[in-house]
Amino acid sequence: MVNSKIDVIVVGGGCAGISASIVLARAGKKVLLVERGDFSGSKNVFGGTIYARQTAEIFPKFWETAPVEREIKEHKFFLLSENNSFEASYKEDKETEHNCYTVNRAKWDRWACEKAQKEGVLFAPKTLVKALVKQNNKVIGIETEYEKYYADIVILADGVNSLLAKSIGLREEIKPSDVALSVKEVIKLPRNVIEERFHLENSFGTACRIISGPLKNMFAMGFMYTNLDSISIGFGVSVKDLKNRDKKPYEILEELKAHPTIAPYIKGGELVEYNAHLIPEGGFKAIPKLYSDGVMIVGDAAMFVNSLHFEGTNLAMLSGKLAAETAIGAIDKKDFSALCLSEYERKIKSSIVYKDLKTYSKPMKIAEKNLEFLLTYAPYKICKFFEIFTTADNRPKRNKYRKFIKDAIRERGVFGLIKAMWCLFRMGIGIIK
Amino acid sequence: MNIDDKLAPLRYNTDSESHLSVDNDVCMRCKTKSCTKVCPANVYEWCEDDGILRIRYENCLECGACRIACEKKNIAWRYPKASYGVKFKNG
Repeated sequence: MVNSKIDVIVVGGGCAGISASIVLARAGKKVLLVERGDFSGSKNVFGGTIYARQTAEIFPKFWETAPVEREIKEHKFFLLSENNSFEASYKEDKETEHNCYTVNRAKWDRWACEKAQKEGVLFAPKTLVKALVKQNNKVIGIETEYEKYYADIVILADGVNSLLAKSIGLREEIKPSDVALSVKEVIKLPRNVIEERFHLENSFGTACRIISGPLKNMFAMGFMYTNLDSISIGFGVSVKDLKNRDKKPYEILEELKAHPTIAPYIKGGELVEYNAHLIPEGGFKAIPKLYSDGVMIVGDAAMFVNSLHFEGTNLAMLSGKLAAETAIGAIDKKDFSALCLSEYERKIKSSIVYKDLKTYSKPMKIAEKNLEFLLTYAPYKICKFFEIFTTADNRPKRNKYRKFIKDAIRERGVFGLIKAMWCLFRMGIGIIK
Repeated sequence: MNIDDKLAPLRYNTDSESHLSVDNDVCMRCKTKSCTKVCPANVYEWCEDDGILRIRYENCLECGACRIACEKKNIAWRYPKASYGVKFKNG
């Protein structure tokens, strides 16, 4: 590593850090990307998918050369009850523009980082940043396990835990209610078996969201994604709720895998990786101060995740790009003060990162208060309704429907049902207002 | 499938010293011991007889849930030294 003056040091080789680095390098700036793992991706975990339109802003036509798994063309929604389920599916028009792809982060991040290096980014893997170097309250560099490196600007892309942002007071410790623990298994299956089970053509794929069943009574949502020759399955749960459960996260995952609706998809598969990661789910209210003298925060470190839509990598890439553009302006002006870097916050505020998180700010708060209804009672009741609708026996349908309604009134009370409807209405209004 | 089977396919480069540490006196007074509930790798186990929190740091997935869940803010949580710890092949 060259210890001469660098324009920008980016800490963390994930989606946000690579995006920031590559944008800087393309503008001719000298940028050093620091990664604690052996290579970019060796410490990174997600669900999940990358989103084509925003990814293409950094890597145009990436799908032609990047190690993508499957182009997602179907989105399934599973509402689970104890042993039955209701399922809805949305299939994209196959002719439309690319929307999202499943990727393997160890391969994708490595590819993206190699691309960044080809475009001039200096890359330092196996390098752990222990602290930020400050002078007169300005961030002027980083301190690794072995030496110090200096730069005009440091961009923190060090992920959800961002110990560095915390160390300079830009962020407080995350509250257990503002973060989800996600656990996931990657289960290997022959390509043709996956394509048969999910009715897939060619290398198209499916993304599934799973609600309730083994995840009931928690602020939790499950997911299942098709990769080329593996299936990723897991769930995210609020750390606050997990603390109060007697079951461990991997035990809940076992229950999810064993649910009669889910089990046939992964049957006979071989576990190739179990992993876990935190997801910053605090949304709008949890966004920290994004900049200070000589420093900006991007991606998960800045809590940029839209949890309802499972969007994170796109917001990471976009925020990395916006921080890089701000840094380019600052370098040209030779002004690295907080005042100059506040341009980054302005850029974020006029982007979808801020707008989308703001949109869900109030509705998510309402959802959290009505969690049991939304993520447990309603899914179970929907399954029950379809059980009645589809079951033929000698009991009159009218009696069954009446019992269904009577049960709901008994379980929730008239006031409770009205309150639940009111909550849904307010959430809807909150989103479009 | 138990947790050891889940962790079995993972590759680790294990450091000789732990990157996680606690003050056992504080753990002794902790009623919830949330670290033992939230950890996805079952790293933490409270040993009542010895009054110590057993930390199998070598299994850590480096997620950070324990640090956030700990009500006593008693977990000194660091990343393992560079290139040590878990190495994901899929992510």
